[in-house]
Amino acid sequence: MIRLSVPFRQAVSRLTFPVMLMLSFGIVLIGRADQGMSGALRTGLDDVLAPVYGVFAGPIEAAESGTGAIGHLFSLSAENAQLRAENAKLLQWQAVAMALEAQNNALKATLNYTPPAAPAFSTGDVVADLGGVYDRSVLVVLPPGGSSVPLMGAVAMDGRGVAGRVVEAGSRSARVLLITDINSRIPVALGASGAPALMAGTNGPTPALLYWAPGQPPAEGAMVLTSAVGGAFPPGLPVGVVHYDAQNQPVVLPLADLDSLRLLRLFSYPDNLPVLTPIPHTKAKPAAIVHHRKK
Amino acid sequence: MRRQGLWRRLDAAARYAVPFGTLVAGLVVLGLNFGLPGQAQLRPVYALACVFFWSLYRPSALPAPAVMAGGVLLDLLGFSPVGLWAVLLLLLHGLVLALRRRLVQRGFLFTWPVFSGLAAGAFVLAWGAQSLLGQGMLPLRPVLTQTGFSVLLYPALAALFIRVHRGPAAAELA
Repeated sequence: MIRLSVPFRQAVSRLTFPVMLMLSFGIVLIGRADQGMSGALRTGLDDVLAPVYGVFAGPIEAAESGTGAIGHLFSLSAENAQLRAENAKLLQWQAVAMALEAQNNALKATLNYTPPAAPAFSTGDVVADLGGVYDRSVLVVLPPGGSSVPLMGAVAMDGRGVAGRVVEAGSRSARVLLITDINSRIPVALGASGAPALMAGTNGPTPALLYWAPGQPPAEGAMVLTSAVGGAFPPGLPVGVVHYDAQNQPVVLPLADLDSLRLLRLFSYPDNLPVLTPIPHTKAKPAAIVHHRKK
Repeated sequence: MRRQGLWRRLDAAARYAVPFGTLVAGLVVLGLNFGLPGQAQLRPVYALACVFFWSLYRPSALPAPAVMAGGVLLDLLGFSPVGLWAVLLLLLHGLVLALRRRLVQRGFLFTWPVFSGLAAGAFVLAWGAQSLLGQGMLPLRPVLTQTGFSVLLYPALAALFIRVHRGPAAAELA
């Protein structure tokens, strides 16, 4: 141990607090001036923490979904009956869907329709809920192989609908900004007519609908799909259903189970990468263009 | 000093590290995907309670650099501007140290409302700073819910911290 004189030590201990305070203010200012720094720091921390969270995510998931636990046994028969009823209903819908698919194929054939290329995707476990007070985001652990396509700006979907977009991607982890976040603005198409609107996150469970055409108010129960306006999203991904809240304002009930996300698929649409997106695609863009030209 | 064995010094060092350890471990654990409603809002509440308690009862084990590191970690785990919570936690730390003589003699029923008031102030400041730093006018509701969480959760957290304070963190027992 280094022995310091008593007055010197007192002076140091008195100075630490103001120095640290000034340093913190300095960090805030630097973070303001250079947005990339905080992003890089965050990605680094996420990559370090992702394996740690991954270790704990398994047991939590097991305890919750009842593998090995006896909690679910009690509701088994009731659940069975419900599933049987649902299955019968779904079989009817399957018939309808197959008929529609056949009709759709026939119509597409008459139009010489070329289907868009299937997007590359990677699936990841949601291991941590790393939002803040004013932010809704989750941390996804990527599979060890890593993905061949850049993940920045990828669309994250759970089994039912759009959950969010990747805003920060490291080598092992990616942060997904959920559609309920207050910074999230997604152009959507409403109902069968595809009337345009903007879905804006409010940090609450139901994002608000803005800028719909005054003559065409969104109908209760209408399907909300993503729209290609602005180029940030591919068209036609399911997002949610229109609902009018207690203040009689139209909101979107998301299809994705945002409160308990466990698995997310991250779809990269390299050719759709936007010009007007708020999320920077600086790394992804040149690669996408080169790729495009090779073809 | 010489007569203290290696193990004893190791024990003392470990005890000295406990308060900062509880701060960091708590912040990381609260990120786990438990699926609790409003879980993300608990992280600043926990950080404030931690810094308040340890600055009050074991200030030597939670020096200003440790408080700042905890604040930066909190900012990086969430999406708040980096350094914002470092500033707020340091302000709380400084205030508690300044008021320490008056607070430390009083009982829990006195420190609880004091903590609630300081936490409310910190959340208002965080709301104002984030609104100013470019996220636009943010909703005020989280300030209220977080203050509510702070008031309700402080007794439980304090009970936990008091146990740690008397057990693993007690440097005088080393």
